[in-house]
Amino acid sequence: MSVAEAPVARAVVRGASSGARVREILFPAALLMCIAFAMLALVVLLVDVAVDGIPVLSADFLTRFPSQIFPERSGIQSALVGTLLLMAVCAVFIVPVGTATAIYLEEYADNNRWWNRLIEVNIQNLAAVPSIVYGILGLAFLVRGPLELGRVVLAGALTLGLLVLPVVIIVGREAIRAVPSSIREGSMALGATQWQTIWKQILPGALPGIATGVILALSRAIGETAPLIVVGAAAFARFNPNDLTNDPFSALPIQILAWVQDPQDEFRALAAGAILVLLFLLLLMNAGAIYLRNRFEQKW
Amino acid sequence: MKQVTERPESSSEGRSAESAAGAGPVPAGTQTGNGRTTGPGTDPAAAGGGTAKPSLDTPPVFEIENLNVRYGDKLAVHDVSFGIEERRITALIGASGCGKSTFIRSLNRMNDLIPSATVDGSVRYHGQDLYASEVDAVLVRKRIGMVFQKPNPFPKSIYDNIAFGPRVLGMDGDMDEIVERALRRGALWDEVKDRLKTNAFGMSGGQQQRLCIARALATDPDVILMDEPASALDPISTGRIEDLMFELKERVSIVIVTHNMQQAARVSDMTAFFTVVVDEASGHRHGEVVEYDETEKVFTNPSDERTEAYVTGRVG
Repeated sequence: MSVAEAPVARAVVRGASSGARVREILFPAALLMCIAFAMLALVVLLVDVAVDGIPVLSADFLTRFPSQIFPERSGIQSALVGTLLLMAVCAVFIVPVGTATAIYLEEYADNNRWWNRLIEVNIQNLAAVPSIVYGILGLAFLVRGPLELGRVVLAGALTLGLLVLPVVIIVGREAIRAVPSSIREGSMALGATQWQTIWKQILPGALPGIATGVILALSRAIGETAPLIVVGAAAFARFNPNDLTNDPFSALPIQILAWVQDPQDEFRALAAGAILVLLFLLLLMNAGAIYLRNRFEQKW
Repeated sequence: MKQVTERPESSSEGRSAESAAGAGPVPAGTQTGNGRTTGPGTDPAAAGGGTAKPSLDTPPVFEIENLNVRYGDKLAVHDVSFGIEERRITALIGASGCGKSTFIRSLNRMNDLIPSATVDGSVRYHGQDLYASEVDAVLVRKRIGMVFQKPNPFPKSIYDNIAFGPRVLGMDGDMDEIVERALRRGALWDEVKDRLKTNAFGMSGGQQQRLCIARALATDPDVILMDEPASALDPISTGRIEDLMFELKERVSIVIVTHNMQQAARVSDMTAFFTVVVDEASGHRHGEVVEYDETEKVFTNPSDERTEAYVTGRVG
């Protein structure tokens, strides 16, 4: 480099204009503000609920049945049992149906066929349909209509299942797609049939992802209120649903809604307590999903 | 262009040689096809000599005739005809995109896994047309094993990797014994016998590839197809795989796709040279076999200029 060029080069490496530097600082700052705002709203909400709800939490709160008249003798047993039963039945429904659909779409369906593309587009769209629409569907086809199940756990669980099925299918497909094609080829090249390849190679590889999807779907279902109102969950159930196909049922979100609407502050404290229980269940499920993902996820 | 003018000559030479019951000069087996109506394999007397090289008197394990492979309506491999001999190593060489992999995958019907792939012409395996309607692709792959470019062990233990094939095929016998035999044949036993239950992902790349070879051997195939088995490996691992191939050819026929000319020259008995042909009307590119002969001949005295240009490194 000649002597004459040196000052120019020095000026060049001194670099960015002050405007560019300010932008470099402002942009992350703006991002941080957005996060802070979201976190703040969440913290305020949680603290508010916790302040109201923690005093009512006790073993009795979990085991008593709800009351419309005596807040001090009220509890959430029937709602909690109802929610747990809903989740269990829902899982029994969505795991096989969701996994089977995902396998079909990934391993068998020929994407050049218009009906397979139609199914795919439909599933994407169904994932975005408002939950109340599923409630109406459940009311019309499950509670009344052709199946006539009545206002029972099975009808509620199937409605929630239909609601979250698209999520299970989409996540399941991603998990199946994440199994590299070299594994499929390796298996087929050894003389395994397509079924053996799916059953012994693809599914075990995709299982952690599928399980994560199921748990995330259930943690969406557990908080759903609107479809359960429509299919006729009871606001104040005095007993647990002992029979999935006969007894009326309640669920935590329904119970919370009923108490929140009550003018008495004592009942609203009960609602906050029930929210805390619901949040705890939700966090438990999400923690389970994270654990599954970290523990069993296959690095290819 | 010289190559263009060369081609019709050599193929007409091929045809005339063919009509003389396949006893003709070298290009006979390679330039079959163009415009020919009957294949050498249709005449039982010519089956051995017409498609395979007459000087090596081993029966053919594959007789390929007028094989075309298409993806959708795009031709990938055009009019390939030659015979692959039993218990020899046959190398497929040629530049990228010339259809070697597509071709080798049509030998054990792996192309079936690609929905758009269609095959016409015939691939006869010990005389049986592999694409006949009564043939079960799954049973084809049981007899004709395959090793891929990138080692693809299953995310299971070494033992379970080997045992997978025998298990899905319902093979009888002591599984421990089957696993040990396969690992010994894959020259891997001494390295892994103390950690059979550990995950195969913990092995080195070279070991993984030998595991994949051993895995293919576990189902006792009589042909192993290798699609660039050493391209992802270091020279020492490559050397091991080549040693292994020499041992294996006592009992199995091996077809290997390789981009490594030295490797082809070192390991193979026969070599087929593929090249890309551009269709002047449509501009589509497809692969064809230019020359098929004894490896020594292909590398020292090739009949076709394109082969010579490729093996001497002037093109490709």
